[in-house]
Formats: sequence, structure tokens, C-alpha cells
Amino acid sequence: MTAPVKPEGPGTMASSSTATPPRAPHQDVPGGHQPGDGRVGGGLFDPQQLLTSLPDAIRKLDPRVMVKSPVMFVVEVGSVLTTIFACTSPTDWFGWAIAAWLWLTVLFANLAEAVAEGRGKAQADTLRKAKTDTVARRIDGAAEEQVPGTALRIGDLVVCEAGDIIPGDGDVVEGVASVDESAITGESAPVIRESGGDRSAVTGGTKVLSDRIVIKITTKPGETFIDRMINLVEGAARQKTPNEIALNILLASLTIVFLLAVVTLQPFAIYAGAEQPMIVLLALLVCLIPTTIGALLSAIGIAGMDRLVQRNVLAMSGRAVEAAGDVSTLLLDKTGTITLGNRQAAEFVPVDGTTEAEIADAAQLSSLADETPEGRSIVVLAKEKYGLRERHQGELTGAEWTPFTAQTRMSGVDVDGRTVRKGASGAVIAWVQERGGDVARDADALSNAISEAGGTPLLVAVEDDKGPRVLGVIHLKDVVKEGMRERFVELRRMGIKTVMITGDNPLTAKAIADEAGVDDFLAEATPEDKMALIKREQAGGKLVAMTGDGTNDAPALAQADVGVAMNTGTSAAKEAGNMVDLDSNPTKLIEIVEIGKQLLITRGALTTFSIANDVAKYFAIIPAMFAVAYPGLDTLNVMRLSSPDSAILSAIIFNALVIVALVPLALKGVQYRPVSADRMLRRNLAVYGLGGLIAPFIGIKLIDLLISLIPGIG
Amino acid sequence: MSPALAGVLQLTALTAALALAYRPLGDYMAAVYHSPKHLRIEKVIYRCIGANADAEMRWPAYLRGVLAFSAAGVLLLYLLQRLQGGLPLSLGFASISPDQAFNTAASFVTNTNWQSYSGEQAMGHVVQTAGLAVQNFVSAATGMAVAVALVRGFARSRTGDLGNFWADLVRGTVRVLVPIAVLGALVLVACGAVQNFSGIHEVGQFMGGAQQTNGGAVASQEVIKELGTNGGGYFNANSAHPFENPSAFSNLFEIFLILVIPFALTRTFGKLVGNVKQGYAILATMGVIWLGFTALMMWTESAHGGPALQAAGAAMEGKETRFGVGASSIFSVATTLTSTGAVDAFHSSFTAFGGGIQLLGMMLGELAPGGVGSGLYGMLVMATIAVFLAGLMVGRTPEYLGKKIGTREIKLAACYLLITPTLVLGFAAASMVLPDALGSMLNTKALGAGSHGFSEVLYAYTSGANNNGSAFAGLNANTPWYNTTIGLAMLLGRFLPMVFVLALAGSLAEQQPVPQTAGTLRTEKPLFAGLLVGTILIITGLTYFPALALGPLAEGLS
Repeated sequence: MTAPVKPEGPGTMASSSTATPPRAPHQDVPGGHQPGDGRVGGGLFDPQQLLTSLPDAIRKLDPRVMVKSPVMFVVEVGSVLTTIFACTSPTDWFGWAIAAWLWLTVLFANLAEAVAEGRGKAQADTLRKAKTDTVARRIDGAAEEQVPGTALRIGDLVVCEAGDIIPGDGDVVEGVASVDESAITGESAPVIRESGGDRSAVTGGTKVLSDRIVIKITTKPGETFIDRMINLVEGAARQKTPNEIALNILLASLTIVFLLAVVTLQPFAIYAGAEQPMIVLLALLVCLIPTTIGALLSAIGIAGMDRLVQRNVLAMSGRAVEAAGDVSTLLLDKTGTITLGNRQAAEFVPVDGTTEAEIADAAQLSSLADETPEGRSIVVLAKEKYGLRERHQGELTGAEWTPFTAQTRMSGVDVDGRTVRKGASGAVIAWVQERGGDVARDADALSNAISEAGGTPLLVAVEDDKGPRVLGVIHLKDVVKEGMRERFVELRRMGIKTVMITGDNPLTAKAIADEAGVDDFLAEATPEDKMALIKREQAGGKLVAMTGDGTNDAPALAQADVGVAMNTGTSAAKEAGNMVDLDSNPTKLIEIVEIGKQLLITRGALTTFSIANDVAKYFAIIPAMFAVAYPGLDTLNVMRLSSPDSAILSAIIFNALVIVALVPLALKGVQYRPVSADRMLRRNLAVYGLGGLIAPFIGIKLIDLLISLIPGIG
Repeated sequence: MSPALAGVLQLTALTAALALAYRPLGDYMAAVYHSPKHLRIEKVIYRCIGANADAEMRWPAYLRGVLAFSAAGVLLLYLLQRLQGGLPLSLGFASISPDQAFNTAASFVTNTNWQSYSGEQAMGHVVQTAGLAVQNFVSAATGMAVAVALVRGFARSRTGDLGNFWADLVRGTVRVLVPIAVLGALVLVACGAVQNFSGIHEVGQFMGGAQQTNGGAVASQEVIKELGTNGGGYFNANSAHPFENPSAFSNLFEIFLILVIPFALTRTFGKLVGNVKQGYAILATMGVIWLGFTALMMWTESAHGGPALQAAGAAMEGKETRFGVGASSIFSVATTLTSTGAVDAFHSSFTAFGGGIQLLGMMLGELAPGGVGSGLYGMLVMATIAVFLAGLMVGRTPEYLGKKIGTREIKLAACYLLITPTLVLGFAAASMVLPDALGSMLNTKALGAGSHGFSEVLYAYTSGANNNGSAFAGLNANTPWYNTTIGLAMLLGRFLPMVFVLALAGSLAEQQPVPQTAGTLRTEKPLFAGLLVGTILIITGLTYFPALALGPLAEGLS
């Protein structure tokens, strides 16, 4: 369990010291789940949902809907036939009991799907509320006209001012505004949207809080982000994924095998002088075909998408979720993903003849006027490590502040006859020399040592009664987020290679890569480099996942097998990726991979369980069918079930109940821990293979015990 | 020495011999199928049949080769039998009836060698040697060719090419089967098997009366009968006949011949895919099933239940005294777990459970180690299914040997899986309701042997559809119904799976391989071999359990 990492608030994406627009602090709690419920736990399952989903489940009994799941369609046909046979001998309780439980089996399957869909519906309703019919102020030349939001076309220009709902998806082409995007992201802090650059995309349905912007519409009404989101969470756009189709084929062929086994059994039975009632054969068929996985398969898929939605990630296709499980190379942006968004002061190194306390004091003083994150971190370090109380600019009377600018690359203060400066080494050295001071001989060596270690040196200089001179060096370094190293170890264990992408020079990049424990890094990365890296990995058969937000990321996002676009990013990026992270938190890529894996594991585990279950059912039903004709076959009745009728009914009841019992597992997903494939297989085989073999023996026996207590049956 | 100890010692010797042959033979076969060079005799053959042996074939072309060659084989064999009356060296035997000729032609071309005739009473020298024995070689080589094509599908990437069928067929025959058969025949002749072209002899019997025996090229046919997992005996008594299988040593040697190529092919597989450990995992899977079945068989045949069995010390009815229970059990498991179907004992006389083990062995799809070639491809298809199930449980789209098992692959594997159960259960069910078919049964309910009678019918179709060829006698299979339906079961049970195997090979060969990582399912580990054993047993068990319950289980538990 890694500790949740909480970045420092606004401006965390800023890697330079220039001011950046504040943006929503993202909830960077991986998964937002409780300790102990596995890493990618899902939403909790509320039994109440079963009840509320009942009407939907009944509606799904429509054969035209059922036929999409071949296994359950066979059960439904079986239920109809059994009911007809039960009608032909209405006094026989057994026929009715079997018919009732077969219908329940179908209903339980529909219920599982309806519950899974129900969770998305609630979310869709909230989204619909955001999608109110807006009136757009369209600019036509110089004139402005009011048109309904639905009449907008791609390329239209619209104006939005404070209080307006943005009528459609588009890019800001003029102005800056703060926008409330809580309707989509659930995050209440407003974000800045401005023309040009990577923060230009706006989403229809969000609200402008201040200022005025002109937006160029980029999507047709009905196909906007919010429309697609509604479709996604509702499951309306859900298509079967490749792996789901493959599994369905396997299940269908197993169904055919069992259909064959049961259909041919009757002639064998007739020859043996033990012709079987149709109801018994239908019961045997339903018990054998893989109903457990057949019933839960679509619920597992929907729940997988839903788990992403709960983490504020929208997958544009289920295929992408599955691909996430297969990813073997992760491209992670250094800034914001591996390191906190900015460099932080880690150490004050004095030159010969200066004390640490001196430099700490000077560094703090000179940084009070520096509002950049780096500047703040110097003040923090001075306070935490040297116990220097933070002074406020106001308390130093007569001080003359020099704020940090990109031109001077220095900040500082003139106070009490002292002039203190800190800044980029070139700038500070020039400042000292300008004043006729000496640059300490070891200042250069210290700076170089810091650079080589991947850090950034800042020089601190002072001019006082002893003349202008360099006091020492501040070591700024990228701070690797807490817990990242452990995560990369886990990823390696899962067979996933991590590649750090950074604009830093190779030296700095290597130092951070080593510290974070990533497998590889791409330094001084251009979008073309990224693209080339992805193509190289893919040529080796690997699946690549990456995150991106800029327009220049778009080609790489489209090329990657899993491309997660940040919601703060441009619309080009969002269009190119196959997932959008509403929280714009690049670390989430790791969770997305885990959710993809969990989805596949859940399918495999329940399939194995379903097939393993059949062994016990045979031991219940075959002796019940043939012990009269061949008394020796009663030896196979290892569960010692009380009567043939009870044995068959118990198997059918177990078969139906196990579906309900596994609904929570299907929705939550099988517990997933990042371990090697071998260990994972061993564990899952033991739980779902062996468990699936043994559980029905116990379950059927218990149900039989209960049934045998009913007077007149046992 | 107790019979049990004798059995265990023979099994140990057999295992040791197989282990010794494993690497050299497997490596040799890998070299044979991988080599770019043609032998001179092979070039002559290619020129005669007009084949370009260097042209790479995609799967449809490869399949066309298999089917065309086999169709020609069926036709030729059919005509030889139909014209036997006019052929020289026919020992005076008449032409074979159309339905039986079809059945026999289908039987030998499909590597089944189901025989609804008695060799010594129906087939002359020409049909036996120029027809049946030739098919014994080439039907086996066809199976190996298809297996090698599938292995190439795993080994190759981004190509649809699977090799050249004619080259694979000819090399398998010329470089693998013929040399071993020549050596093996010499060993059998040394043991006392006959090898001549003599006619029918009348031999007086001790108890009075006369017995007819005939000679023939028996040893040469016997060796390929076992080596190519064919099973069609020169004589009706098959390997129980002293001219075919004279001694305990020849018996053990014949079992060795049955198993040696199918087991060694796993080494060939490992070599060709570039990871011998993958071959070992498949070998382990086959070995576990084979040893398990053999141990079970020895136990059921020695644990004597009835008074007659106790008097004999074991279930000796229908077994040769010169082989005993141990050797007969080893032979019968080897023959039913491969597509051989040769017998050195009367399968119908095994205990009910023993018969059940033989049936189940064939029902597994004959893949432990299975027929030459067909065992390997059958096992690889099952491995594909097992990978699909288990692969999901490690959280990745399943992949085997770096190839993704996607929709297309699973569709083809599932179709493969459906064929034999459909044929076996479908025809057996029809035979249980059609009066014509029921009339063939000698063991009936009226005689108190209903379940045994049913087992015989089930056995006939299981044997046919799985291309085994052994029989539970007690069923008169030489009727138009059985000749035709078993003939169909053999043809469909042989060639439909090949269609899907080759399509699968083509699909795999086109893929780009996925590199192995720590997140990849390790298919060369014991865990996977165990999983594969479990998958095979459970899927087969679930398919056939009701039928087995009404046959051997009902009989054995009564």
C-alpha cells in the first residue's frame, strides 16, 4: 500500500519558475479506497441495488436481448420448455420447482447486468442535468446573435461571459477565463482556460465564472464530450471487447458440447431402460452449461468500465481497458508523475569560510520576495532544517525587494545595509563581479557537483561591510514523489517496463531516473522522440501506455495502445487518446493498468470456477437419473443426497444461487495484487479452480439437507 | 516374479528406452523438417509427382495438399480392394464389397486402421503390401506434416507461410519412418516375426482338425503399424498373433515403437520454437497422463473381483499368457492413448473399468502422447484452450509462445474441440435407436449385458472418430450402417481437425510475437503442465461422463 501523495496545491504542473495559471488541485489519492481492500478495490456493493434493479432485470427477459448471451439464452429456452412440461402434469411439484428455479437463474443473470448498469445510470443522470439546453451567443462577422446550443456547427465562434454555460466543446481563441468544470470532474475549484497553448480546451456544459472568452466550436451537438460521457457511463455505447468475444465463443462451444452430451443421453438412457423425463434432461443441461460466467460476463465488463469512471477516468472503448491489462511499457512524464511538479531546495552548501547558518539566513532573506515554488521551498527548507522563522516582507522596515523575474533570474532584498541576492549561477556571478567582488574558488566546483547529481544549483551572494562575495550554493532538486519507487518495483514484478519522459538533459534525467527507480528514461524528449519510442516498443510486440495533454502529444497519444489524455489538455489531445482522466493526474496510469488486469482476471477466475463446478453437479445428477436402472451407479452419489428429485433440485438451486453470491465479486473484481504471473496463477487456481471444484459439493449437500426437511419431499 | 513386479519392471525398461531415444530422435526430426536441403531420392520423388518442394505454402495451400493427397489415397485403396479378384498374388481372395472397401480405404488413409475384415481371410499380398502398408507410412507422415506446420505457426512471425506439404510428407517418410522401420523390422524378424510371400498353409492341430495359416510381409508391416501409430494388423488377432508379436521382448519393443515418435516430437517442437523447455512441459503433460493411465490399468486388471478372476490370479480372460496382465495393460494403454489401435489382448475382455480407461484414453483426443503428429497438434490445441483460461487469470490477454490467443484462435480451437464429441456421441446415439444398428450387437440387455453392449458401440465410434482403430469386439461392425458411419467418423474425425489446425497455424504465423515479461504466463513451468492435465481431464470428463456412466461405470459398479 503506497501512501497517498498529495501535491502542494496550485501550480504543481509548473516546472519553470514563471507564473502559471492556477489549476484545480487534483485529488491524488490513488484509488480513493480504504486500506486493506486490495489495491484496486471497486465501489461497494449494496444489496439494495438488487431490488431497485429488478424491473430492469425483468425487462431483459426479452429473448431478443437474451440472445446476445448464448449461454443464458439456452437457459431461457430451457425455462420456457420446463414450464410447458410442468403445465402438462400440473400436480407434479418437482416440475414446477425446477421451472421456477430455472426462471430465477435467468433473472439472477439479468439482475447482475442490471445492477452493474444501474450504477452508471445514476452518474448519467447527474451529467444530463449539466447538459441543459443552452443559448449560445454566436458571432457572425461583427454581429452577435442568440441561437440554441443545438444549432451550433463546427467552426462557429461563440462568446461566453461570467455566468454563462459554455454551449459546446471547443477551443478558446480569445481571452482568459476561470471555468467551473465541476459538472464533469466533480472538482469544485475553478480552472483557467485561455487562448493558445495547452489550456485552451473548454467543455460544453461547464460554466464560465469570470471574464470573457471567445470559443471556436470543435464538435457537433450530440457528439460533445458530455454526450459521449453519458453514453459511456450508461453502457449504451458498450460494445463487446475482443477478449469478451473470444470468451463468449469458448462458452458457446462448451454449451454446444454439453447440449450434445445431454441430447445424446436420452437414446443411451432409452437403451438402458431408464428413459428420462424432459424436465430432468433440461435441468442437467442448465447445470452443465457455464451459466455462472455466462450470467456474470457482461456485468464484469460493465463494472470494469465503472471502476474507471469511479476513478474519474473515461475509457472511450472497452478495448482500451483490456489493452491496459496487456501494457508492457509505460511512458511516464517526469513532471507531475514521478516527481512533484517543481524543484525544491534540498540543501544549503556554504563555500569555504562561510557557515551553513550564514547561507541559510541569506538564502531565506533573498527568497522572501520569490513567489515561485522554488523560492517558497527555500524558505521552507530554512525553516525546517535551520529553524529560521519565516519573516514576512512587511516586518522588515525599509527593505527594498527585488522580485524574481525571468530577465534578471535573481531575487533578493536590500536591507540594513546588506544586499542579498540568490539566483542562477551565471546571473549571480555577474552581479558579484560587477561590484568588484570575488567569486569563491570552490563555488564553481560545488555548482558542478550539484549539476552532475541531477540537481540545479542556485548561488547565494551578499554585499555588506565585508564586500560583495558568494556565500554558497542552494541545491535544488526534483523531488521524487513518495512511494513511486515501490510502485515501480511492483510494476517490474508485473512485467511492466517504465520509461521516464523528460525535457531535462541526459545527466539530470539519469539522476532522477536512478532515484525513482524507473527502468529507462528519454531525456530532452521532443514529441517526435516520444513517437519514435512508442513505435520502437510496438515493433517489438509491446503494448504502450502513455499520458499527455498538449496538442503536440496528440500523435503519440493516438499511436499508443492506451493513451490517457488529461482533461486539462487540449481538445486535440482528448480526441487522440482513448481515455480521458478528468482529474488530470498522470499517476493514474498505473491504476488504469491494474484495473485492466483485474478485469481480465475476474473473467478468467469466474470461468474457471464455473467449469470446475460441473464436476460436483454430475455427481449429484447422474446417480439420481440412473441409480434405478443401474443400482451400482448409486456409488457415485458421493454426497449421499436424500432422493433423486432432491439431488437434481439441489443442483439447480445451487446453480442459481451461486450467481447471486458472485454478483459482488463480479462488480468489485477479483482481488488484485501486483505480483508475478506465476504467483498470481497459483493463487487464483487454488481459489477459483480448486474452490470451484469443492464448493458445489458442500453447497449442494447443504441445500439437499434443507430440502429433505420439507415434509412430503425428502 | 509376481506379475505386478514384471509389469513395473517392463514399464521401467520402456520408460528408460523412451528417455534414451528422446533427445537424439527429437533433435533429428527437428533437423529433418528444418533443413533446406533435399536428398537425391527426394528430388526424384518431387520430379515424379511434379511438386516444387521449395515453395512456401500458406495454410489453404498446405491444406489442399493434405486433402488432395489423402483423397487420392482413399481412391487408390478403394480401387485396389474392389479389383482384388483380378489382381495377382491375391491368394484367391475375392474383391471386397463397396461399403467395406470404403470403410477400409478411409480407415487406412486416416491413420485409423479400423478393420471390419480379417486380414488373413480377405486381403491378398498386393492389397496388404502395396495398399495398406504404403498408407501406413504416408498417413503417419501426413499427421507429422500437419503437426510440424502448426509448430511453424508458433515459431514463425509476420508471415503466412507454413512450409511445404510435399517436402514435409516426403521427408517424414524417407528420413524418419523408413529408416526406423527398416531397423525395427530386422529386430522383429530376429524375434521371430514372419517376413515372406508364402501362401496359405494347412496345419494339423493337436486336438484334430486343421488350421489355416498364411505368411506374408508381416514384420515389415508390423513395424510401421506400430511406429506410425496405425494399428491395422496383418492378421485378425493383431499383435496377439504370434507371427506378428512372437515374444515378451517383441511385445515391449512394439510398445516402444508406438510411443517413440509421438513423445520425441515434443522435443522437435521445443527445438523448432527455440525453447526446449516448452517441449518438456508438453512432454511432462503427456507423460503424467500416460503413466497415470498405465498405473490405473495395471491396478484394475490385477485387482481381481470375480471368482473366475481370482482363480486366474488376475483378469486373464482375453490376454495372452506369454504377455500377462502387466504387459497387456501397458500395451493397451499405449495403443489407446495414441491413435494406434493395435492390440495384444482382447480389449472387450478387460475388466469394465479397464475398458473404461481405454475408452477415456481415446476420448481425451489421443494426445498423451497421441498419434504421430496428431498427438502433438491435439495437445497444442488443448494447450491453447488451457492458456486462454489460465492466461486470463494472470491479467493479460492470453498468449502462448508469444502468440496472442484472440477471437480467431479460440474460434478455431473451439471448433477443433467440438468435432470428435459430435461424431462419437451423435453416431452412438443414432445406433442406440436404429433397429439395423441394434441388430449388430451381440451383447444385449436381454443377455444381461446391456451396459457392456453399449460400451461396445461407444467404443466403435470413439475409436473411429479419434482414428484409433482398436475395437471392442462383440459388435458385428461389417454391416452397411457401421461400415459407412464409422468410415465417415474416421474421415471427418481426421480431416476436419486438420482444417482447423492448419487455419490456426496460419493465423498464428501471421502474428507478431509478444515479448515475454514477468507478467507473462510461464507455459514451460510445472504449474502449467499440471493445469493442462487438469483442463484435458475435466473437459473430456465433462463431455463424456454421462456416456461413460451408462457404459463401463454401470458395468463396473454393478
